[in-house]
Amino acid sequence: MDHYKFRVVKNHLVQFLVYLALFLALVPLFSILYEVVVRGFSTISIEFFIKPTPTVGEVGGGVANAIQGTLITIGLASLIGVPIGLMSGIFLSEYGESKLSVVVRFLHDVLMGIPSIVIGVFAYALITLSIGFSVIAAAFALSVIMIPIVTRTTEEALKLVPMSIREAAIALGIPRWKATVTVVFSGAKKAIVTGLLLSIARIAGESAPVLVTMGFWRWWFAGFDRPVANLALDIFIFAMSPFKNWLTLAWGSALVLILLVLGISVAARVLTKGRY
Amino acid sequence: MAVKFDIQNLNAWFGSMHVLKNINMKIEENAVTAIIGPSGSGKTTFLRCLNRMHEITPGARVSGKVLFNGINIYDDGVDPVMIRRKIGMVFQKPNPFPMMSIYDNVAVGLKLNGIRDKKILDAAVRRSLELANLWDEVKGALNKSGASLSGGQQQRLCIARALAVEPEVLLMDEPTSALDPIAAAKIEALIRKLAKNYTVVIVTHNMQQAARVSDYTAFFYLGELIEYGPTKQIFENPKHELTKRYITGEFG
Repeated sequence: MDHYKFRVVKNHLVQFLVYLALFLALVPLFSILYEVVVRGFSTISIEFFIKPTPTVGEVGGGVANAIQGTLITIGLASLIGVPIGLMSGIFLSEYGESKLSVVVRFLHDVLMGIPSIVIGVFAYALITLSIGFSVIAAAFALSVIMIPIVTRTTEEALKLVPMSIREAAIALGIPRWKATVTVVFSGAKKAIVTGLLLSIARIAGESAPVLVTMGFWRWWFAGFDRPVANLALDIFIFAMSPFKNWLTLAWGSALVLILLVLGISVAARVLTKGRY
Repeated sequence: MAVKFDIQNLNAWFGSMHVLKNINMKIEENAVTAIIGPSGSGKTTFLRCLNRMHEITPGARVSGKVLFNGINIYDDGVDPVMIRRKIGMVFQKPNPFPMMSIYDNVAVGLKLNGIRDKKILDAAVRRSLELANLWDEVKGALNKSGASLSGGQQQRLCIARALAVEPEVLLMDEPTSALDPIAAAKIEALIRKLAKNYTVVIVTHNMQQAARVSDYTAFFYLGELIEYGPTKQIFENPKHELTKRYITGEFG
């Protein structure tokens, strides 16, 4: 009986510690959300969503150009990064344990660990130096950040699809590649979409590589060889500035950025929702 | 007898492990041939050599000939994809595609081979499900997930899926070992029905099952074909000492 009581106490103790850890992990999340929503909400108005960045000293203004610019930049980055990431993920999961795949996997892990500012400097040297501060340079830098995340999550998602499902498809006389892109992919769809969303959320919040490759831009989109405004970078620039109007815009931009990522996430979930 | 498969000097390896040793046997058309033997005797590998599924495992190798309708399926220039379309397979555990409806599970083989015509697909789905004795149970629920069915129904769905691409042969790898006796009995009845128009090769651990459903039985032991003949003869009058001991349950 004593032994039993001891076990019950131990069980409660471990349970308590688990809940405590959960609570501690949620505290920063909710305090950030609370702060951003409360401070950001007061700055939001219709003008905020339709007007571009105000000049210094100007009253009002908005972040419409930054919303446009962020969507363009992460859109272009995804256009480069998602196909490459998906394909490399398929290669790593479906085309076996060759020496090449070991090397590729290792390099992706290294790439994932490289600080984003370093990738920004790389893109600066490769693209910005020849065509100038531009959407292209920033999108390229962000796609490089994206690729290893998409690759590894795709690989893991595909590996979770049981071998028996692949074999069933192959035994039906379906060519290997077709079996992969239809049957295997549909089994891994949810996890792959989660990986894509994680990578998009990650690049939407990057400011350092954007600063190095594109810089700050107060106007609307003016071509892919020109810079464009960016929410994450705006938050940095606005928050560092001494101007009261910009400081409030920083909070508003933060809220919009969070909502934007949330919106993309919800939209992707709804669009790829399976029936089962 | 019409020969569907003529297997000559078939050897198979996993890496350096020699799992099938010099198998020679002929398999009759439109009959049920059972492969029996203890675990590790190469039954499943043998089955997977008949539709070139063995080679998709990394490190797997094959030598020898498997003549299917007189053509060696291991000849250069023979497309394994085409072979697998003619020689369907049913696996040990029911493995319907989990993200697809019952309808799509059956239609997928045709769809991915380029058939888009809804009428043809509808007809093929119905015909295959009827052939697999599943139509009456699912006809009102074709849009439900294949995973929502019971184990026995899932296995019949897998049989319907294999039949939909109109194969000539059905390879079955212990198709009832994950099922309860009633579901297994339904599959056995189905196998007898299919044998009228299809060549069936079935691997089984269950000797009563082999005796009930098959016309011919092959006994494998440690990668070798020990004895092969009409099922009645193998079970009632085995020539080989090992076969006799295995059938009477002395080892296995």
